[in-house]
Amino acid sequence: MARSLAAAMAVIIVAVAAFWSATEGFRVFTTEGARRLDVARSPRPLPAVVLEDQDGRRVGPEWLRGRVVLVEFVYTRCPTLCSTLGEVFGRLSQALPGVALLSISFDMEHDGRAELKDYALRHGADGDRWRVVRPTSGGDLRELLDTAGVVVIPDSWGGYQHNAAVHLVDDRGRLVRVLDFEPLSALIDEVTPWLAS
Amino acid sequence: MAGLLTPSTRRSRIVLGAGLLGLLALPPLREAMESDMARHMLVQIPLLALCGWLCAPSPATGRNLAGAWDRHGIVGILTANLVAAYWMLPRTLDNTIASAAFEAAKFISLPLLVGVPLRRCWSRLPMLGQGFVVANAVSMLGIVGWLYLAAPVRVCVYYLVDQQEVVGRALLYLAGAITLAVLVRAFVGTAQSSVPFHHMASPQRHPHFDHQGRGSRQ
Repeated sequence: MARSLAAAMAVIIVAVAAFWSATEGFRVFTTEGARRLDVARSPRPLPAVVLEDQDGRRVGPEWLRGRVVLVEFVYTRCPTLCSTLGEVFGRLSQALPGVALLSISFDMEHDGRAELKDYALRHGADGDRWRVVRPTSGGDLRELLDTAGVVVIPDSWGGYQHNAAVHLVDDRGRLVRVLDFEPLSALIDEVTPWLAS
Repeated sequence: MAGLLTPSTRRSRIVLGAGLLGLLALPPLREAMESDMARHMLVQIPLLALCGWLCAPSPATGRNLAGAWDRHGIVGILTANLVAAYWMLPRTLDNTIASAAFEAAKFISLPLLVGVPLRRCWSRLPMLGQGFVVANAVSMLGIVGWLYLAAPVRVCVYYLVDQQEVVGRALLYLAGAITLAVLVRAFVGTAQSSVPFHHMASPQRHPHFDHQGRGSRQ
């Protein structure tokens, strides 16, 4: 009896340890939750890659310095989530005049300058405070997605699904938060303190 | 029953179990199974446990040791439950795709820590314990199924939201099927073939416990 009890306790202890580690102390149950926790705990610089915007101008790492930038990953053909993200960015640009916005397309094959321009016009990106960009090489794209922890998988209609979120990059060019884009008021509350500093 | 199997049937069980494990580990089959959430959760994971179940020695062997450390098979069934639950977490499911170490851990732990204890311990578990495990499984499947259907977001970054719905619905059906099977078994005593656990549970139909509480089969 005592030995069975000891064996059961041992199993439970090992299991609690395994679940604790898999859920970061019972705080997250999904990879997305773990990514957000990880970014908040240890901010990381975005890779120093050069991007190209809707007008063909280059957007280098220096553009990220000295200002708070909100980054979204999209593909311009996206009928659902990215359109919502686009709308959210449109409303954010009005609600938070001090913030810069960057929409990065991960669909390098399809999204050329014309597609980026179209996306920008549709959602009101001015090309100055809000720029719609594409990476210039597959390696750069890979590096950006890996750093941010974004996973893009093809869906059955020729499009993609991806963990959609708003990425907060501080004035030193570090990714410091990954935030939900809904509800908008909560997002604004999260971003505002970063603008003051 | 299982304990009376001739050596050749025992060997063929092991060959079958090991063969299935080898087959499931083949990269093309792994890729095919894991590219879809429903196949991953509802086909590959149960099959991996089945491999261990097939290879496990019959519950009749090594009784003394098992009896000393795991009196009513509770430790084994607890282990099987916890390990199975671990691989049902959305994050660990993602991890098996992203990391080879997690994938290896899954391929080792499901046969060894779910399949083997199920075969070794299920028949030793008292009827009450079996009932508890089945009832618990039904409620867990129901809750997880409902969560997957109702979740406003994708729970796995490597799976599409429509696959998540398929899994949610399948888990609810499974919960319903087990409930139905239990009911059928409760009300129709002879309908053994419709009960999913009959092959494991039937030795328990007439359990005999000696005065020390050690169960033995008749």
